[in-house]
Amino acid sequence: MSKKENAFSLKFDTEWTYAEAPESTSHIAIEKKYDLFIDGKFVKPKSGKYFETINPATEKPLAKVAEANQKDVDAAVNAARKAFPKWSGLPAKERGKYIFRIARLIQEKAREFAVIETMDGGKPIKEARDIDIPLAAAHFFYYAGWADKLQYAFPNAKAEPLGVAGQIIPWNFPLLMAAWKIAPALACGNTVVLKPAETTPLTALKLAELIQESGLPNGVVNIVTGDGKTGALIVEHPEIDKIAFTGSTEVGKIIQRAIAGTNKKATLELGGKAANIIFEDAPIDQAVEGVINGIFFNQGHVCCAGSRLFVQESIQKEVERKLVDRLETLIVGDPLDKNTDVGAINSKQQLETINGYLKIGESEGLRSHQAKNKLPDSGYFCRPTLFFDVAQSSRLAKEEIFGPVLAIQTFRTVDEVIEKANNTPYGLSAGVWTDKGSKAFNLSSQLKAGVIWANTFNKFDPTSPFGGYKESGFGREGGLHGLAAYLKIKA
Amino acid sequence: MANRIDVLKTYKLYINGKFPRTESGRYYQPKGAKGESLGNICLASRKDFRNAVVAARKAQQAWSSRSAFNRGQILYRIAEHMESRKAEFVELLGKEEGLSSAKSKSKIESLIDRIVYYAGWTDKFQQLFSSVNPVASSHFNFSMLEPVGVVSVLCDEKVGFEGLVTAISSIIGSGNSLVLLASKNSPTSAITFAEVLHHSDLPAGVVNILSGDRDELATHIAKHMDVNALLYCGDDEKLLKELQTESANNLKRIIHWSAEDNSEEYLESPYRIQEFLETKTTWHPVEQIGGSAPAY
Repeated sequence: MSKKENAFSLKFDTEWTYAEAPESTSHIAIEKKYDLFIDGKFVKPKSGKYFETINPATEKPLAKVAEANQKDVDAAVNAARKAFPKWSGLPAKERGKYIFRIARLIQEKAREFAVIETMDGGKPIKEARDIDIPLAAAHFFYYAGWADKLQYAFPNAKAEPLGVAGQIIPWNFPLLMAAWKIAPALACGNTVVLKPAETTPLTALKLAELIQESGLPNGVVNIVTGDGKTGALIVEHPEIDKIAFTGSTEVGKIIQRAIAGTNKKATLELGGKAANIIFEDAPIDQAVEGVINGIFFNQGHVCCAGSRLFVQESIQKEVERKLVDRLETLIVGDPLDKNTDVGAINSKQQLETINGYLKIGESEGLRSHQAKNKLPDSGYFCRPTLFFDVAQSSRLAKEEIFGPVLAIQTFRTVDEVIEKANNTPYGLSAGVWTDKGSKAFNLSSQLKAGVIWANTFNKFDPTSPFGGYKESGFGREGGLHGLAAYLKIKA
Repeated sequence: MANRIDVLKTYKLYINGKFPRTESGRYYQPKGAKGESLGNICLASRKDFRNAVVAARKAQQAWSSRSAFNRGQILYRIAEHMESRKAEFVELLGKEEGLSSAKSKSKIESLIDRIVYYAGWTDKFQQLFSSVNPVASSHFNFSMLEPVGVVSVLCDEKVGFEGLVTAISSIIGSGNSLVLLASKNSPTSAITFAEVLHHSDLPAGVVNILSGDRDELATHIAKHMDVNALLYCGDDEKLLKELQTESANNLKRIIHWSAEDNSEEYLESPYRIQEFLETKTTWHPVEQIGGSAPAY
């Protein structure tokens, strides 16, 4: 009896290509130079210094951005401090209406925000357009409505704003992270000093323009740009009551040490190394799709990326073959092209970090597969990469790569995979793919992570609390639970 | 008849459901409020603490898998046993804190009541703090509370036995396990409480109690990589800063109860339970097929 061959095999070496479908940039207004947004006005930095922000897909500069020093941060914090009594004393309904206005204005300018987000950060336009910007607006809408309902959120307790919130956000979801931070802070009556990431400041500065347009009282939101040094000035500022940080676990620990002995409250949303687990009874095609989305969404620049895949041994071959096939259909290239699935790596530095991990995989002699897609001649691009049979002890399975690199491991039993999946200092998210409800619930309760995606992955919503266990940080963002981060709760 | 010679009791540590002496063989001699000796008390070492964490980690998963109802039953059993040994606790606390017997009695009674209070919360806080989240996509999405894991507790002298009872009953009810370093001058009530726990069907390792020197162990406790959260009951700002700094190693959650927050409203509150919980959010798709709408 002859062994049954695959009915067909997919061929990728054809001449067939997608026609280009670039998003227009004609309606985009980017200034040559951006100052700091302090007390409702754009002001020149006292440092006198500016730095360039570039388009990682072309390596060409987009604008110059101010670098805030101690005096600039002082001015921003003072403005926020000064604005606090009036803002927190405003009738809550009015406070909410300001936030609703901001939400609406983001929707009105959604296209411009999406294009700038893609240009400044390198993410595919379809993601900026369909995920980042709509979710940012939705976040403002959600928390706007909470402003005058806070007394219902914490039964039998009194909730008061904290004061001035210092917020430091990363480069992977620039506007969305600004929304995650600013919206609940304002709804709870706090004022804000926000620092966007060094490589992706533009949408936050466009948000500053929008906030000006919204008529929000001066000083309620202040946006200062700079690198890690500016961030440290915010963390260490004595007039700040709350630190909200999204970024690496390493910096999160530095922040916890820096604020020790102060009264600063903190929420830290840090790194991850999420396990994505496929059982043999899973709907395999859906699972493969979810795995691809889990690791290649936003070039893998996602703290909750499903960067460790655990496949049950009995379906290893099938899953590997389908992953390889799917990898070859991903379009890597111009982020502004509407067909693009995987855009540019955010910065040269990050590309070097990722390449370093690819070398580790190579030096460990791991079986691997890399997409054969032709990459653009300029810009920072990385081929989506799969590593198979990765050891639990490999750095590829242990460290957060923050790029389009998937470490694949196998398992036989439920207990084994729970043990392996939890054997990490991180605990931000996890995924499980199975057709059996009781198994999904067993896994979702045993996995030590703040967000569990069962038969789905990388889903976000303003009503849904997000945040980590263990060294992935503490505090939640989103939903009712996200309010607690910006309030004093008194019995 | 000649005066009877009292039988004195040796107070030892409580680790993994057993009462071992400290592995270090050391002791100290704390004095009660009126200067009388409380006995030769174990001076726990770093190694004792590490052993206790191993026991707490091992016990935690199974403990949190117990039903909330069962955890409530066990807490209530603890209150029952404490009530039956009330006279002993009144005497010990009186000695340790220099309280009149009436004051000591009223304090012990209020602590027994506090355990009953928290026993009642074990199967209720989840409904209070969890949520079903109306996400915009076709998913069923809910957030529920889980225990943070292994908790270390440090109690200052001022907080003493009251801090110990409040901490234990609010922390373990949700499924956490803990290692507690009793305040230096309340070891006899602490270890007697361990005996109560021991006879209340509490699984071994869920609560571990050490006696010893806070200043010697604090940094080590804060640094331990297999502890998820640390509760400090007291008001030593220098110590608090040190705990916060050293805890950054593995991003322990630091919870601080000031001795000034000693009102019943503060110490008996579901928010004291919530401080030792993590929020977990779960997503699952909801199928959307035309024609499958319910018929009325």
